[in-house]
Amino acid sequence: MMRADIWGVGLWGPGLEGWAQGCAVLTEAASFVPCPTDPPPPAILPANERRRAGPAARLALTVAEEALAGSGIAPATLRAVFVSSSGEGALVNSLLATLAEPRAADQAISPTLFHNSVHNEAAGYWSIAHASRAPADSLAAHDASFANGLLKALAEITVEGEPVLFCLFDAPMPFPLSACRRTDFSFALALLLAPPALRAASPLARLAGGFVPRPAPLTPPRLSALAALTAGNPAAQSLALLEALARRETRRLTAPLFDGHLALEIAPT
Amino acid sequence: MKPLPITAWSVVNALGTGAAATLAALRARRSGLTENDFAPAAGGGFIGRVAGVAGHHLPGAFARFTCRNNLLLDLALRADGFDAQVAAAARRVGPARIGVVLGTSTSGITAGEAAFRQRDPASGALPADFDFAHTQDFFSAARFVRAALGLAGPAFVVSTACASAARSFVDAAQLIAAGVIDAAVVGGADSLCHMTLAGFAALGLISPFPCRPCDAARAGLSIGEAAGLALLERDGEAPFALLGYGESSDGYHMSAPHPEARGAIAAMRDALARASLVPAAIDYINLHGTGTPANDASEDRAVFEIFADQTPCSSTKGFTGHTLGASGIVEAVIALLALHEGFLPGCLGVTRLDPGFRARVLLDNESRPIGRVLSNSFGFGGANCSLIFGRAG
Repeated sequence: MMRADIWGVGLWGPGLEGWAQGCAVLTEAASFVPCPTDPPPPAILPANERRRAGPAARLALTVAEEALAGSGIAPATLRAVFVSSSGEGALVNSLLATLAEPRAADQAISPTLFHNSVHNEAAGYWSIAHASRAPADSLAAHDASFANGLLKALAEITVEGEPVLFCLFDAPMPFPLSACRRTDFSFALALLLAPPALRAASPLARLAGGFVPRPAPLTPPRLSALAALTAGNPAAQSLALLEALARRETRRLTAPLFDGHLALEIAPT
Repeated sequence: MKPLPITAWSVVNALGTGAAATLAALRARRSGLTENDFAPAAGGGFIGRVAGVAGHHLPGAFARFTCRNNLLLDLALRADGFDAQVAAAARRVGPARIGVVLGTSTSGITAGEAAFRQRDPASGALPADFDFAHTQDFFSAARFVRAALGLAGPAFVVSTACASAARSFVDAAQLIAAGVIDAAVVGGADSLCHMTLAGFAALGLISPFPCRPCDAARAGLSIGEAAGLALLERDGEAPFALLGYGESSDGYHMSAPHPEARGAIAAMRDALARASLVPAAIDYINLHGTGTPANDASEDRAVFEIFADQTPCSSTKGFTGHTLGASGIVEAVIALLALHEGFLPGCLGVTRLDPGFRARVLLDNESRPIGRVLSNSFGFGGANCSLIFGRAG
């Protein structure tokens, strides 16, 4: 098993607007009122970039900022792993619609929309916002994005011996791509992870994980209303992990990774 | 880092199918670029098109993966005996101990483009037979290769624009070093599509003539398509290995390079440090060298900062075109060919080297034994990746 300490968390989902609200819902201190909204534009981006960045990148940056807040970690030197099944799918949908216009004169696409449609848009804007020179990866694995992405983040922490920002996000795509790939609502999670050897003053929890070549189902969160969310956005597969983190539980979790699974153990400090 | 042996590789690009076709074209200084007949209205210019893609078919069980990107990947799987060598590796370590990490920037978007042209006029719906998950979806490339090779380890796509396939070496090396897997299939593909041809044209980056990286009169890039694969094995027996990798972000702009090239410099220094090499130990640099005025000038500055005017460097995109997310594997294979053959390809199409350049740019092919090659890949979002290949022992 590979090990990492969780130093910070960021969250955005329906009725889970930020870690404070999410924590209250996940511990049943507050009731769950699922009202899908998009986060406000991230303040860290310069005005021009804030206007240009697409909805998925704005979502990713919102949770990334929250995970770092108060951590004392300098974002300019922090490694990042962004993970999303569809990336900036809304912009891709828009570009495909324009390119399919019957008249050639209507097929011209916006250069800004084009360069913002890349999967690593969020990673790019993140590093621009912080003038960061640290690596910022951008990964996709459809319904196994959570498991493969977290596995890769744990491997990077293990091998490089440095903290990694893990940011998992997916935003809804408009019609007609919405009919091809289910993303009912925006959902994003960011974890500031660090090698245990770095010893932060007070990590939130300790995490261990590894690939197991046998099938296992997704561990759902205990609240059935929250469990229902896991089918509506691939990033919401992280809800059981978030629940264990919020409740300060020691828990074993599994997330499917094709014919195998990611095995996780989380424990409070 | 411990050298990571590369036990198999293959490539398909405008120069032909298989590494030997690429080597022959490089030696003959023959470009694969032709006038843009794929989407002339979208961008014009020249393209590096792979012959025979449309006539290729995926075997029955994999028919639902059919899209230009996966057809290119299937050609790469069958080239250079790659699939047989992965099968042998799977017998040695087991299919669950081999991961698949592939880079692509637009995946099977040609399938999406076709589907959008066939929308139902009343409802706007896409055709019922459009299989998004197996074609356009980013993960489609890795899903297809994993299935076609019968592998059972972790798999994902890395999509950091034009640094994607180079980055796949890094992600796989980390998974192997962490003990998650023993081997990985890396590389990737990008295929000609309206999206990138029109998009780069909208950015004003398409050259009206075949791209001429490092030329004083260079005027942009020529887009190509390609697929390529490499097999990395922790305990593999191979003459060549990945000796180091370096990655960085520019943190500057989504589509323009940092004027002082600070991200590119950081990536190359990171790669040298990880390989425990001094700059003088590098015998040849394969530049990202897209052919746009800003990109090549920025990279020249970065190379000169580290290597001064000592290390021969060139861009091979005048031969292949800029194969975007696949360029990292195309140029990794060229680096391996350079090591294997003792052969340094010079830039193609340069009539006058940019007089402002200070690095030692190769304009003609040279032949001599070499031991280590550095390959650069830089992409939108300011994503930078440098890889060092060399003799394993």
